[in-house]
Amino acid sequence: MTRQDVVITGIGLVSSLGEGADAHWEVLSRPGAQPVLDEGAFAPYPVHPLPAMSFDAQIPKKGDQRQMEPWQRLGTYAAGLAIDQAGARGLVADMHLIVAAGGGERDIAVDEAVATALCDTPPAEAGPILNERLATDLRPTLFLAQLSNLLAGNISIVHGVTGSSRTFMGEEQAAADAVRIAAQRLAEGRGSIALVGGAYASQRWDLVLLYGAGGACWRGPFAPVSARGGAGGFVGGALGAFLVLETAGHAAARGARPLARLAGVATDAAHRRAGGGSAAAARALHERLGAPSGAGLGVLSGMTGVAEARAEEEAFLATLGGAAVRRTGSLLGHGVEATFPANVALGALALSRGGFYPAMDPADAGEGPVERVLVTGFGQWRGEALALLERAA
Amino acid sequence: MKDHLGRPLVAVTGIGIVTPLAWGREANWQAVQAGRSGISRIRRFPVDKLRTTIAGTVELPEEAAGGEIVSSPVRVERMAAAAVEEALAQAALGEPGAFPGPLMVGMPPVEYEWPQRFELARKAKGDGSYRAATEAATGRRDLYETFLFGGVGERLAARFGTTGAPIALTTACATGASAIQMAVEAIQRGESDAAIALGADGSVQPEAVIRFSLLSALTARNEEPEKASRPFEKTRDGFVMSEGAAALVLESLEHARRRGATVLGIVSGCGERADSFHRTRSNPDGSAIIGAMRNAIADAGLQSSDIGYVNAHGTGTPENDKMETLGMRAVFGDAPPPISSNKSMIGHTLSAAGAIEAALSLLTIRDQVLPPTINHNEPDPAITLDVVPNVARKVSGLKHVLSNSFGFGGQNVCLVVSAAP
Repeated sequence: MTRQDVVITGIGLVSSLGEGADAHWEVLSRPGAQPVLDEGAFAPYPVHPLPAMSFDAQIPKKGDQRQMEPWQRLGTYAAGLAIDQAGARGLVADMHLIVAAGGGERDIAVDEAVATALCDTPPAEAGPILNERLATDLRPTLFLAQLSNLLAGNISIVHGVTGSSRTFMGEEQAAADAVRIAAQRLAEGRGSIALVGGAYASQRWDLVLLYGAGGACWRGPFAPVSARGGAGGFVGGALGAFLVLETAGHAAARGARPLARLAGVATDAAHRRAGGGSAAAARALHERLGAPSGAGLGVLSGMTGVAEARAEEEAFLATLGGAAVRRTGSLLGHGVEATFPANVALGALALSRGGFYPAMDPADAGEGPVERVLVTGFGQWRGEALALLERAA
Repeated sequence: MKDHLGRPLVAVTGIGIVTPLAWGREANWQAVQAGRSGISRIRRFPVDKLRTTIAGTVELPEEAAGGEIVSSPVRVERMAAAAVEEALAQAALGEPGAFPGPLMVGMPPVEYEWPQRFELARKAKGDGSYRAATEAATGRRDLYETFLFGGVGERLAARFGTTGAPIALTTACATGASAIQMAVEAIQRGESDAAIALGADGSVQPEAVIRFSLLSALTARNEEPEKASRPFEKTRDGFVMSEGAAALVLESLEHARRRGATVLGIVSGCGERADSFHRTRSNPDGSAIIGAMRNAIADAGLQSSDIGYVNAHGTGTPENDKMETLGMRAVFGDAPPPISSNKSMIGHTLSAAGAIEAALSLLTIRDQVLPPTINHNEPDPAITLDVVPNVARKVSGLKHVLSNSFGFGGQNVCLVVSAAP
């Protein structure tokens, strides 16, 4: 099979820092950027909130907006931004789609009321009451807002993306594999253009409950990812991140300007992470990609702040010589399924602007200019992933 | 050993199946050929006040012995592990705990269920708020690792020693077929010589039943559970939820032949097409369904006239079966091949269905027997198809089967499985 080059022609990015590629470049390319935080609403867990935004520009039908909750709206919106930047509105019918998804929203008020009312009732008695309450209290449409594959479904409906549709599940790893598979399919000739990404709505108690149970959420006053003591943890960041990928030939034929070349994506999942397992896996991925080290390489790290993953990643980063390392989580927060595509987007953005980002975290070191960008993704629990970006020809 | 596009042909050398009918491939196939129903009254939880009180359920041995009812991710993992074990035993590929290829896991999204919510609220002294539950859940790595989306795949990958990161995926009711497609693509691109694809679902719990019920998707024909699933029949009025798992061991035909493995068939084509019409309904013009069917047949390098039988999506909702008929007539014209629905017996196993039905399609070719669509009493004049009513049918010369999977959210995947060349 002849492999074709794959380029990034559109990025859609929404975070606590703003929306759109230009806004992110404005904020992040200057020294002194500060994270946007809400330390009260989910205390003791800080979060980076979604900015106030109108979804109308990308989701014009109010009926569509009503069928979604914030997570799907955020993702559908970011997907639209990516399609617009790529100038690919006319290509959506044959555009392939891979979304990395977590769970959708639940009805928090119903959950809390039912749990309070029935937790002490013996199961045999509670069962029939639970059935009755759920049947009356649950809104039928919320099921669709909750289903993981319906972010992809909404992107198909709102933006008309119908080449194919797949949804990967599995936190950070799912997102890296989504980008990997989307790029590989294009490289081997399965279609010419694809949309891939994810979204994370940080202001959700159900997610704090899930990730908090594993000690993965940072408790206490905000600190940058490198400075979170003890077992560490991530600070959830509202994040929607989508990429339009295209074969270089397809982009050239339609006169689309590539932001960067996606030279490769490699993933693994070490079953034993601590004690160097994860760092060794990442070294092997680095070798598989034929990725460089040292000056001229910029690293956009998806470091979560979870201590075990962080120790492994630091061991890996230490092998990269004088590369310029930026821990984006200290400004954007951690967006689980959205973080890997967001960092690929930021890498493409930097390469397209011919610059790089100043330090984002106290531990960030190394300076630009950069010729290539390595994106890292060490999952909060499992998964190692790297992507290599190069300047477009 | 290469297909019409120069890609390696992908063989199936191992099959494992778990459904409400049985644990095990041959037992399931026997039951399906006999036209037995696996649908029953739900005994897992109280069904008072529910509109639908029937389903296909798979009990774990410890539940049957009176143990506590497990949550969906645990059930999914157990059924999946059993299906993979069976498929590996048949394929005899790799060493125990070291399989030479990746794992593609089709499964449903999972989340805390009501027993977990009640437990946390009790620990919080009756406070059911999320804030209190979050505090009560501190340190509960068991909950975290059980309900993370990556948890099931990680544990299965570690157990079977598959290579690389496992990929868990969902395309709603097409999930199982998508997992097979992912594995086929991995082998075609030369990422690996072999792969395991599985689809599993274990969602029969109160909230899931109620949610599907609120979408008016389920039949409420509760009095005679075994007669409730009536795909393509005039009085059909919804699907029956069910559970199960199927796993396929896939490898390049060349690899299989080289090691002298018995080839059960090949996955010769995969086709997909997404719909942009509606969240739960297909575009009335059927374009996405038709596109997925045609793409699969073209991907296999075949003409529609080469397809000898279609394993239907056939859920038994009025809408699906009407649309599938439309698709059949559009793709096959005036002489469509016979089509039947395994769901008439097994119910709709959701994320598992595409994998179970692909597995049964391979057995259909192996034994040259078309499984029936049971509960076919009153033909629907709008369904102008030979649905193999009620009784299995012996055939000869069947080489290519199309297996359809159409999902909520507009995600449609079709597979062509073929006899070994």
